Amino acid sequence: MKALQYNDKVVAQFAVMALVWGIVGMAVGVLLAAQLAWPGLNFDVPWLTFSRLRPLHTNAVIFAFGGCVLFATSYYIVQRTCKAPLAFGPLASFTFWGWQLVILLAAITLPLGITQSKEYAELEWPIDLLIALVWVSYGVVFFGTIVRRKINHIFVANWFFAAFIITVAVLHIVNNLAIPVSLTKSYIVYAGTVDAMLQWWYGHNAVGFFLTAGFLGMMYYFVPKQAQRPIYSYRLSIVHFWALISIYMWAGPHHLHYTAMPDWVQSLGMVFSLMLLAPSWGGMINGIMTLSGAWEKLRSDPILKFMIVSLSFYGMSTFEGPMMAIKTVNALSHYTDWTIGHVHSGALGWVAFISIGCLYALLPKVLNKPKLYSLQLVDLHFWVSTLGIVLYITSMWIAGVTQGLMWRAVHDDGTLVYSFVESLKATYPYYVIRFGGGLLFLVGMLIMAYNLLMTVFSDEKTDLAVASKIS
Amino acid sequence: MSDFWSGYIIALVAINVVGCCLLLYITSKPDKKLSKETTGHVWDEDLTELNNPLPRWWLILFYLTILFSFLYLILYPGLGHFKGLLSWSQEDAYQHEQEQLSAAHTAQYEAYLAIKVPQLAQNETAMKTAQRLFLNHCAGCHGSDAKGALGFPDLTDNDWLYGGTPEAIKISITQGRRGIMPALGGVLKEEGVEQVIAYLKDLSGQGGSDKNRIVMGKALFMQYCSACHGANASGNLMLGAPNLTDDIWLYGSTKQALTDTLNQGRAGVMLAYEDLLSGAKIHLLTAYVYALSNSVEVTHGKTH
Repeated sequence: MKALQYNDKVVAQFAVMALVWGIVGMAVGVLLAAQLAWPGLNFDVPWLTFSRLRPLHTNAVIFAFGGCVLFATSYYIVQRTCKAPLAFGPLASFTFWGWQLVILLAAITLPLGITQSKEYAELEWPIDLLIALVWVSYGVVFFGTIVRRKINHIFVANWFFAAFIITVAVLHIVNNLAIPVSLTKSYIVYAGTVDAMLQWWYGHNAVGFFLTAGFLGMMYYFVPKQAQRPIYSYRLSIVHFWALISIYMWAGPHHLHYTAMPDWVQSLGMVFSLMLLAPSWGGMINGIMTLSGAWEKLRSDPILKFMIVSLSFYGMSTFEGPMMAIKTVNALSHYTDWTIGHVHSGALGWVAFISIGCLYALLPKVLNKPKLYSLQLVDLHFWVSTLGIVLYITSMWIAGVTQGLMWRAVHDDGTLVYSFVESLKATYPYYVIRFGGGLLFLVGMLIMAYNLLMTVFSDEKTDLAVASKIS
Repeated sequence: MSDFWSGYIIALVAINVVGCCLLLYITSKPDKKLSKETTGHVWDEDLTELNNPLPRWWLILFYLTILFSFLYLILYPGLGHFKGLLSWSQEDAYQHEQEQLSAAHTAQYEAYLAIKVPQLAQNETAMKTAQRLFLNHCAGCHGSDAKGALGFPDLTDNDWLYGGTPEAIKISITQGRRGIMPALGGVLKEEGVEQVIAYLKDLSGQGGSDKNRIVMGKALFMQYCSACHGANASGNLMLGAPNLTDDIWLYGSTKQALTDTLNQGRAGVMLAYEDLLSGAKIHLLTAYVYALSNSVEVTHGKTH
C-alpha cells in the first residue's frame, strides 16, 4: 500500500505549544494560589492582582493548553482514522496561527483589565470574532477530512470531536453576542436573569463539550492504542455518546441554585445533572475496561498510568458533580472552595492527565523521534503530579466543607456564629497546602518539558531511552 | 409563563428523557451476535472494537437516575408552569424558615428592648449576641475591631460625627446617614486649597505651615467652610460635619488626601437597617456600639 503522507507539522506545532501554554497557565495558577495564602504577592501592581490574573489562568489552561491539545490530537486522530491527510492544509495552518494570536491577545488584554466580565468568556468582541473565525476554519478542516475519509465507518473518537467542534461554535457565538461601543468595550445583549442563564448554559457546556467530549475523543484513540487492546464496547460508546451530548445541554442551571433563577429551571438543572452520571461513567467504563486483560502493562508503561488515572479522576469528578448539583448538597457547597476542588479534580486529574498521556504518546511520533528520552522521568512526572492533585483536592474539600459549615452555623440566639473573616482564617492552612499541590503539578510539567527537550536534542541511541509503546 | 412555552419545555424534557430510555431499551436487549469478537471495523492499522453488552449495574444506575428525576419533577416545580404536587417554592421555603427563626427568638430579643442602653451594655450575654450581629452586619465596613477604615468611622474613639448618645446611635443605625462634603476645588482654586490645608494643619496641631498661608486659609475657611464645620471648626453633629481640630481624619490627613477632599468633596453613606434588622436587634447593636466608647462595667453571670 502506498504510504500516506499525513500533515503532522500542524499537529507538532499545536502539541509543542500545548506544553508551553500549559506551563504558563499553571504557573499563573500557582501564583494565584500563593496570592490567596499571602495576599501581598500582588505587590500592589494592578496587572498582578487576583481579579485580573484569575481569568488569565482559566483562559490559559482551558483555551490555550486544553485548546492546543484538542487541536493537536484531533488533527492527529482524524487523519489516521480516516486514512486521509488533513483537508485544506493552509486553513489548518491558519487555525494554528489564529489560535496563537487569540492566546496572545488574551494574555495582553486580561492583565490590562479589558474584559466582558463573563466567566470563561472574558475576552472582548474583536478577539471573540477571531475565535469564531478560527473555530469555523477548524470545523471546515475537520469535517473536510471526515468527508475525504478512505474508511467507511467513522471512528468513535471523531464523533466526540465532531460534537465538541459544533457545540463549542454554537456556545461561543450565542453567549458572546454583544454590542460594541469601542474596540475594547462592548455590552452583552442579554440582561439580568436571562444573561445569567445563558452564561451558565455556556459555562457548563464549555465543561461538557470543550473539557469532556473533546478529551473523551482523545481517550478513545490513545487508550486502546497505548494498551494495544480493542475498545471494550462499541455499543456502550454509542449509548453514552448520545446520552452525554443530549443531557449535558440542560445541566447549566445547577450553577445558579437558590438564586433569582425560577424554580423550574433550577429543578431541571438538578435532575439533568443527576441523569448525567451514567452517561459520564459510560466513557470511564469503556476506557478502563479496554485495559482488562492487560493490567500488567500499567507496571511498565507510565504513559498508560497517566491515562488510566485520568479516567479514574473522570469517574470521580463526574460522580461529585451530580452530587453537588443536588440542591441540598449545593446549599452547603455553593460559593465554597469545594467547588474549586471539584473543578481541579476534573481539570488536573482528568483533562490535564489525559492530555499529558496523549502528548507523551504523540510527540515523539510527530517530531520524528523513535522514542522518548526517558520513561523513568515520565514515571517521576506521574508521581509528582498525582501527589500534587491529591494535596490540591483534599485541601479544597476540607476548606470548602469547613467554610460551608461555618457560614451556616447558627447560634442559640439566632445569630450567625462566625463572621466571614473567621471562616477565611480557618481556610488559611488549606490555602497553603493547595499552593504546595499546585506547585508540585507545575514541577511535573517542567519535568515533562525537560524530557521532551532531551527527546528532541539527544542522540536517539542513548541507553536511557525505552521504546515508546505507540511507535 | 404562557401555555405555549410551558408545553415547549415539557415536550423538550420528555423527548430528551424518553429518547434516552428508548436508546437504553433498544441497545440493552439481548443480542446473539454480541460476542467476544470485534465489530470488524479496523482503523489506523490496529484499532478495533469489541461489542460487549452494556454493563448491567450501569444500566440499572441510569434507569434509577431517570426514575428519580421523574418522581422529582412530579413533586417539585420543573415541568413548565406545573408547580409540582408539593407546591414547593424557594420563596415559600425561605419565608417559612425566617418565620420559624423569628418565632423561636422574638421573645428573647423583645426582653432586651425593655432594658435601657447603658444597662444593656453591661449585660454580657446580650453583648455576646450583639457582637455576633456586629460582626455579620457592621464589620464589613467598620472592621471586626470596630476601628473603622479610610472613609469608615472608628467607633471606639468617642469622636462622633452624629453624636454618641444612645438616641443618636440608634438613629444612625435605623435610618442610616449621608455625609456630604461638597467639592470646593472650583471656588477655592489651587492656591486656595493649599491655604485652607495650611489652616487645617495648624488647627489640628500639625504645624509647620507658612504664617501668611494660615491667615489666608482662615479667611477662606470662614467664607466657605464654617457654615457646616462651625466658626471654630469643631464640627456640627446635626450635619455630620467632622470636628477639624482633633487630628482624627475620616478620609486621611496627608496633603494629597486633604487636597482630594477639598477638590472633589466626599460622600459618606451609612446604610439604613430598619428594613434589615428588627428593632430589638438594632437596640442591641446600639448598646454594643455605645459600650465600645464608654467605659462600661460588664456584669458577669446569667441575666435571664
